[in-house]
Amino acid sequence: MSDIVTGQDQVRTAHPEQTPEAPATAELPMAKALNAGLRKALADDPKVLLMGEDIGPLGGVFRITEGLQAEFGPKRVIDTPLAESGIIGTAIGLAMRGYRPVVEIQFDGFIFPGFDQITTQLAKLTNRHEGTQAFPVVIRVPYGGHIGAVEHHQESPEAYFAHTPGLRLVSPSTPNDAYWMIQEAIRSNDPVMFFEPKSRYWPKGTVDFRASVAPLHSSRVVRTGTDVTVLGHGAMVSVLLQAAEIAEAEGASLEVVDLRSLSPIDYRPILESVQKTGRLVIASEAPGFASIPSEIAATVAEKAFYSLEAPVLRVTGFDAPFPPAKLETQYLPDADRVLEAVDRALAY
Amino acid sequence: MAEPRSAVQLLTPEGRLNTDGAAAEYLPYIDALDDDQLRQFYRDMVVVRRFDVEAANLQRQGEMGLWVPSMGQEAAQVGSAYATRAQDHIFPAYREHAIAMIRGVDLIDIIRMLRGLTHGGWDPKQRGNFHLYTLVIGSHALHATGFAMGIALDGDPTGDPDKDEATIVYFGDGATSQGDVSEAFVFAASYRTPQVFFLQNNHWAISVPVSVQSRTPLYQRSEGFGIPSVQIDGNDVLASFAVTKRNLDEARGGTGPRLIEALTYRMGAHTSSDDPTKYRSDAEVASWAERDPISRYETWLRSLGATDNFFENVKTEAEDFAADIRRRTLELPTPDPALMFDHVYSEPHPVTEEQKAWLADYEQSYGGDA
Ligand SMILES: Cc1ncc(C[n+]2csc(CCOP(=O)(O)OP(=O)(O)O)c2C)c(N)n1
Repeated sequence: MSDIVTGQDQVRTAHPEQTPEAPATAELPMAKALNAGLRKALADDPKVLLMGEDIGPLGGVFRITEGLQAEFGPKRVIDTPLAESGIIGTAIGLAMRGYRPVVEIQFDGFIFPGFDQITTQLAKLTNRHEGTQAFPVVIRVPYGGHIGAVEHHQESPEAYFAHTPGLRLVSPSTPNDAYWMIQEAIRSNDPVMFFEPKSRYWPKGTVDFRASVAPLHSSRVVRTGTDVTVLGHGAMVSVLLQAAEIAEAEGASLEVVDLRSLSPIDYRPILESVQKTGRLVIASEAPGFASIPSEIAATVAEKAFYSLEAPVLRVTGFDAPFPPAKLETQYLPDADRVLEAVDRALAY
Repeated sequence: MAEPRSAVQLLTPEGRLNTDGAAAEYLPYIDALDDDQLRQFYRDMVVVRRFDVEAANLQRQGEMGLWVPSMGQEAAQVGSAYATRAQDHIFPAYREHAIAMIRGVDLIDIIRMLRGLTHGGWDPKQRGNFHLYTLVIGSHALHATGFAMGIALDGDPTGDPDKDEATIVYFGDGATSQGDVSEAFVFAASYRTPQVFFLQNNHWAISVPVSVQSRTPLYQRSEGFGIPSVQIDGNDVLASFAVTKRNLDEARGGTGPRLIEALTYRMGAHTSSDDPTKYRSDAEVASWAERDPISRYETWLRSLGATDNFFENVKTEAEDFAADIRRRTLELPTPDPALMFDHVYSEPHPVTEEQKAWLADYEQSYGGDA
């Protein structure tokens, strides 16, 4: 394995116990794929617990846990008091007791009352125990914009957590990845922050129940191209694919990489792509200052300097608070803004 | 654990004045009100309820991103709002539309926020010291407490209730589970802040019943922090007024913080995005409809001599108010994108300035509507 690969390789997990009559694939929106993945995890391991605000009879405000309390009971699917620090702090205790808590944070902007428990406790406890105790807590965070919601409901806070050693961060962009990655995250013995692009909850995609397409902490080329590599995660991937369509009509060939894992970052596919195209544009909804695109830009400059034909460019949310809903389309990078950067990269 | 005391109620659900027990000591506050003031309570409850219906309709018609209904909680809000004095500072959560109106907020500014045009909407200094809505549950309890610490630091009370200041903070039953709210209790009790915590227990935090948040009546929790607390019938505008008046005036006079738990009910959905049929029964909602704050007050006003004419006039006033809100909502301009960079800092900042200029150029290059 090359030294640039920091992504932890995990064996693909097929499910031989899948009953023969169960369909091998289904067309599902990500919300339902997550629901199916959580159901499978609850069924597979009696130590898996779901906890969060309104996840019981309501099924969560996005209905990701719909029907799960009815199926597994209120001891496995727990409607908690309204306190994020309480939820995460008690999830840590439950993990010490041998459970695998999967916590739902209602919206991105409401994770911060739990920030202390995540960053100063959860992230560090494996290290403080010198590896004698694992903390398999998954924190699910619906995040990102495009839903026209009020303040604190459209943010992308992943960089705060990526900056914290001890946490793993992933974000699926498709229903299939969501189905597999949530189960892999739950099986991880480390704390995993699971960022769900809420604007992608409802478009459907094919879920293959037989095997995942890639390990949890891997990035992946989702469209091949030759001129410019464009990279992003979560909802941004569909924007990049749209940009690639437009670019193709205009004669430019974009290679699209889905980051999938934000910490660790799997650099091999990224560097291979950049070695081919010589140009990289990284997009994300979050503000660009001290961001995941900044981290990747620095690493690519270090590791692929001689392959680059142009500076690595970032297309991000602005360094301003996420604006009122009526301005979100100007704030969030869209295909046009990605293509504007692509043009600049090609101009070198 | 202390024996629960019964909630203070001045007006029964049937609209009769309660003169015995705890009610008696609060009646002088009601006796001091004249007819116009009593009728104003009614007017405001009806106007805000009509406003609430109009805003919900606008949301359904796609004119608003979200609506947060206040239906059912009018008495808790109107009574307590009239108990505040001009110099007081009000720290709302996000459902306190009646209090906003009474303190002088133009309700179109709440519409602007929920239509997705602003995160704020008004300058509290220009609007009766009614601070901005806070969507992060419980955070503002600490702000109200800090503000009240500042009042105390500025000097001892003069003893004149028209001069001495206090704060009042509104929050829900769900919010009581947040650390911030408990921490606010600790600071308030420690520094004996001139402050009232006004807890609207509407029995639900979205889909979670209050029993998940607390196994004891909530007013007893704050008592454990050393804050004298009282529970009231929150659908009784008279109790809300009288009990808030007394507690705010005592707090401003230097007795330390107080908490009022108003038992009320969220008659509507949590917000326009919510579906309450998933978690609560029609029978429960119906039982609270029988304790409606407005109808009991109407019965009582009629017993005092208010006529159909008065009620008709209020209805017309409410209709006009709603029509005016609708018209102005549809006329609201979409803000200039440059606005998102303004006031991120109070002094010039190179990053926001650069990005603001970049966006302007970029929009220009797309003919102004990229
Ligand atoms: C810190 C935080 N966590 C979660 C939410 C999502 N949320 C919005 S309102 C609400 C319930 C609030 O209940 P309560 O405090 O009783 O007030 P009510 O809405 O009933 O007036 C929740 C969980 C939030 N706004 N802030």
